[in-house]
Amino acid sequence: MMKINAEGMHYRVLNEKIRGALESGLTDISIEGVCGQRYIGAGLKKNGVCITANGIPGNDLGVFMDGPEITVHGNVQDGAGNTLNSGRIIIHGSSGDLLGHSMRGGEIFVKGDVGYRVGIHMKEYKDFYPVIVIGGSARSFLGEYMAGGMIILLGLKKDRRIAGDFLGTGMHGGAIYARGGPDGCQLGKEVKVFKVDGNDKEKIRKYAERFAEYFGYASEEILKEEFFKIVPITHRPYGKIYTY
Amino acid sequence: MARAKSACEFVAERDESRCVKCQACVRVCANDVHSYDGDTGALFSDYSKCAGCHFCEDICPTGALTIRRNLSDTRENANWTKDYIYKIIRQSENGGVLLTGMGNDRPYRNYFEHIVLNASQVTNPSIDPLREPMELKTFIGRKPDRIEFSGAGKSGGHVLKQKIPPQIELESPIMFSAMSFGSISLNACKSLAKAACDFGVCWNTGEGGLHSELYPYSDRVIVQIASGRFGVNPDYLQRAAALEIKVGQGAKPGIGGHLPGEKVSEEISITRMIPAGTDALSPAPHHDIYSIEDLRQLIFALKEATGYVKPVGVKIAAVHNVAPIASGIVRAGADFITVDGIRGGTGAAPAAIRDNVGIPIELAVAAVDQRLREEGIRNQASLIAAGGFRTSADIVKAIALGADAVYIGTSALISLGCHVCQKCYTGKCNWGIATQDPYLTRRLNPEIGARRAYNLLRAWSLEIKEMLGGMGINAVESLRGNREQLRGVGLSELELKILGIKHAGESW
Repeated sequence: MMKINAEGMHYRVLNEKIRGALESGLTDISIEGVCGQRYIGAGLKKNGVCITANGIPGNDLGVFMDGPEITVHGNVQDGAGNTLNSGRIIIHGSSGDLLGHSMRGGEIFVKGDVGYRVGIHMKEYKDFYPVIVIGGSARSFLGEYMAGGMIILLGLKKDRRIAGDFLGTGMHGGAIYARGGPDGCQLGKEVKVFKVDGNDKEKIRKYAERFAEYFGYASEEILKEEFFKIVPITHRPYGKIYTY
Repeated sequence: MARAKSACEFVAERDESRCVKCQACVRVCANDVHSYDGDTGALFSDYSKCAGCHFCEDICPTGALTIRRNLSDTRENANWTKDYIYKIIRQSENGGVLLTGMGNDRPYRNYFEHIVLNASQVTNPSIDPLREPMELKTFIGRKPDRIEFSGAGKSGGHVLKQKIPPQIELESPIMFSAMSFGSISLNACKSLAKAACDFGVCWNTGEGGLHSELYPYSDRVIVQIASGRFGVNPDYLQRAAALEIKVGQGAKPGIGGHLPGEKVSEEISITRMIPAGTDALSPAPHHDIYSIEDLRQLIFALKEATGYVKPVGVKIAAVHNVAPIASGIVRAGADFITVDGIRGGTGAAPAAIRDNVGIPIELAVAAVDQRLREEGIRNQASLIAAGGFRTSADIVKAIALGADAVYIGTSALISLGCHVCQKCYTGKCNWGIATQDPYLTRRLNPEIGARRAYNLLRAWSLEIKEMLGGMGINAVESLRGNREQLRGVGLSELELKILGIKHAGESW
């Protein structure tokens, strides 16, 4: 394992050190004193790599990443998992806005709350199936333009409504699962709320168990409450607006 | 009730004395204009379906077909032209946004036609490009503020002290604009990619991802990162010669793109990395760019992801505030800026947007170059102009107005057979360019296409050398921003001021 002390370090130097470590064959990197450095793990393409960040990473954590797993002990700022291709980001804290923007694959687990426009334009493709699991609640525009993949919203703290407004606006693929349902949230006109079926329950259980394992919860407690799914009513919301 | 059927714009005139009823026209037309009645042996043509692409005319072995404008006209009216009347009739039928293809076809003033070039006479010699070396080599990327040399190098020469930022090297200042696999066929992409590699310039993926059959041409590809992030992954970024963040496009400034699900075939789905049959929506803004600071964040995310070895540029449409926006883009860290003017082409755009939004590239390039010079940051980014370059002379004028290089799209497609019928959005391009129908795409042989596109690059480069030589200039670098080589004809004082040129008849 390699330890990096990132205190006062520019992101460019930090990323060079990470890339250098991976090129030398190391697979386990621990970074101390992370404080606002952007782009940690940007564009890294390698499987079986674990990066632990202690502190608060800056914007675009894991942007364009393809394979590695990043665990953050702290909160993250905006744009974590931006255009993520594959890999995993586990956040033992809360996230800013734009988490998982345009992610095509991989998984993001957040223990706490997330900001605005999370999961915007997520999409899936063949074996790529992006998943975001949120322990707390989300702000407005969750899953906007969403074209694929899955967001699971647990709302464990129950200190405010589970999501903000414009939930799923422009959504045309994928599914958002909300524990207890999206009560009090204004939904986008493209989506409707349904009860979950057996298939959905199986998917939720799988990820809830992982969530519980990462963050020290009892999955039975999480799964006790009923889940609802928010899905688009059409896959072609803009199919009939043109004159040819 | 009025019907759009009567709006036929073209007629395919058949000379019965020449027609041998081989039915080639019936077989080739993707719009089903021509039909054959087996009982009577007669050929019919439904003109209302004719796009005016001239493919049948070209393929007719006896020259029996001629495509002409339909002369059936509405009453002469300076305001209510036939075009406007029939647009309303068509829209009344289904209440949709009118789509169109290619670049703006409205008669806005084309400043290239009001600018003339200089030539040397007596007091300074012109140069004969056939005998003298003539340099068209162009480097796209950030240039250092100054260069310093230190002592003698190994071979006795001087050694450059500065590390030069990443550049792409072009043999001629002409590149192929962003045209995605999806908007055009794979054979069209291959033709342009191969021509660009053979000639030593660059081609551009557009926002459609990079097809694996185009990997052999990836040394000279500029890949786009657009708001939908289709096909964007580390592989895509690593393969490219340069990266271009697409913010806007001249044909549709301010609006997003929309590839309807029916056009997302299995092949398209692979390069865009979305399931076949789903709509590919490119939102109007990048959701991670709401400011110049955010743009800087994405520029550096891309530089981080690719190790600072490739130029990262930003493409915008030419709009009213283009000069300050360009300044912001340079300060955000872009290594090149692409400005696409109002005549820039597209595979599909709402006609109302294409025909009315944006400003001409001539004015935009002049304004951007001027602004960056005034601010002392012109060297920090290369300026690529795009949007309606029809001849080598347009390119020479754009470079003299301040561009480093140009992107050509429509003219490149014309070299592959396009007749600018503006029906790209229908996906029924008879020339095999703007279509994914295998029956149509196989008409475009990529080897032949590459040769034709290469020929165009060669011809225009030769002409640029001729014009340079005439001006007594032996390197295109010395033409860049050299507005003394230009004079306006019939332009107002304000127009001349914006273009930064004198009127014809004024001396140095």
